[in-house]
Amino acid sequence: MNPTSLLVFDALLLLSIVGLAWASLATTDARRCVILFMAFGLVLAVAWGRLLAPDVALAEAAIGAGLSGALLLAAAHGQPRPLPPESTNAPRNHGAAGVGVVLRWAVTLLCTALAGTLAWALLQVFSSTPHDMLPGAISENLAASGVSNPVTAVLLNFRAYDTLLELAVLLSAVLGIFALGQANPGYQPAGPVFDGLVRWLVPVLILTAGYLLWVGAHAPGGAFQAGAMLAAAGVVLRLAGRSRIGLPDGFVLRIVMAAGVGVFLLVGLALLLLGRPFLGYPPAWAGALILLIETAAMLSIAATLVLAFLGGQPQSTGVKAAADRQCEGISRC
Amino acid sequence: MINVLSAILILVGVFFYLAGSIGLLRLPDLYSRLHALTKADNLGLGLLIAGMALHSQDLLIMLKLLLIWLAVLAASATSAHLIARQARRQETGP
Amino acid sequence: MLTTQILYALTGCVIVALGLRGALLHASLLQRIVAINVMGAGVFLLLIAVAYRGPGLAPDPVPHALVLTGIVVAVSATALALALTRRLQAEQDDD
Repeated sequence: MNPTSLLVFDALLLLSIVGLAWASLATTDARRCVILFMAFGLVLAVAWGRLLAPDVALAEAAIGAGLSGALLLAAAHGQPRPLPPESTNAPRNHGAAGVGVVLRWAVTLLCTALAGTLAWALLQVFSSTPHDMLPGAISENLAASGVSNPVTAVLLNFRAYDTLLELAVLLSAVLGIFALGQANPGYQPAGPVFDGLVRWLVPVLILTAGYLLWVGAHAPGGAFQAGAMLAAAGVVLRLAGRSRIGLPDGFVLRIVMAAGVGVFLLVGLALLLLGRPFLGYPPAWAGALILLIETAAMLSIAATLVLAFLGGQPQSTGVKAAADRQCEGISRC
Repeated sequence: MINVLSAILILVGVFFYLAGSIGLLRLPDLYSRLHALTKADNLGLGLLIAGMALHSQDLLIMLKLLLIWLAVLAASATSAHLIARQARRQETGP
Repeated sequence: MLTTQILYALTGCVIVALGLRGALLHASLLQRIVAINVMGAGVFLLLIAVAYRGPGLAPDPVPHALVLTGIVVAVSATALALALTRRLQAEQDDD
């Protein structure tokens, strides 16, 4: 590969990334800001592919651009359009609106200084040879880890404790969302075009999720990407106005939400009882244990992200007729 | 030979993308912009995928690329329909 | 010290600064949440640029795992922040 052409490609890619970020933050229209942010996320996924990080690229496209974008777009829907000028927001937003020109310039200068300091620190890091102690240790122990994808090995074996805590963070975020109120009112049932798309798209998404979960052991993929695909299936069902979006009811839902953290903890504690360190898998069982934990984590992540999109506890189905429910979203009732 | 052919296909696909983007910027109306965008971009994607499939010469990769094209076609057609329908409803009033 | 690494890391710094400026100066809560997400994306660019080792070599997997964790945590924090925003606006509308 010609290095000059790669340089040109890199320059164009980075210019688009910075340009999209700038445009997203410079606009005053909420919807335009969110859509530019989604485009930013997708171009960023290309950058991850360029830097040989395919797992991160999959996760960024599915979660960072897709699900974050869906959440933000649903929130931007309620905003007045375009946003009112800053002076009318003055009594509500403490100190952010009505900011003088001097303060804006001061903040801009400070942020530029921050960027300069970070760049200086990074150049110091880059001028010394990289410590390859960690990557060396990982490639040595990869055979005993139960999987052959190094990122999955790091996530679910070598640093499994971090992943356990991350699943706990996800769970606490959803509990916080539950505590803040009821779910958003649903959307109107979809017309024939959208409904037809949903009919075949959702099974394909479920199949792709299962594939990503399985292939994560030896190729880019894994529980997070698979969970994001399932969540995307749930979001698409929700947008099509279906009353059943794949979430179980009541008690079973709570079990599914807690399954990620729960199975992780059970495996760790069982290993403690067997005399091994917490989450120290025996090499013969490592692959199977990782698959078990990843399956529970996938279901848990999917349920959590769909609940986050719903915005609260789902209203029980069948209690109110669909006609009684408030309609919102794609078109008025 | 195959590389030259795939390069030509990819270049023609890029040209269609360019045409679609120019249409997005220059056309006057929401509907005509949607029309230009979906038609030109999907055709451009199809040509890009044809070029990539020819370059890869692996049946599994070709099938995956074809699936990607079909999925993008369906999704973009549906989104264009939904956007146009919503715009129509807003025009003619609630 | 690869040119690619330097380019991407510098872009990451610029995006962190852009995001921080947006988070501090915007009037609307939603745009501040978007700005914080942009800041997070800049940090991810930094991490993955540090992990890159060259065109044919395998990159360092530990920052990849960190960034994966970071993406999921960022989306959950965004969801919670949006729920808080909605509740805040509902409370203000009731006044």
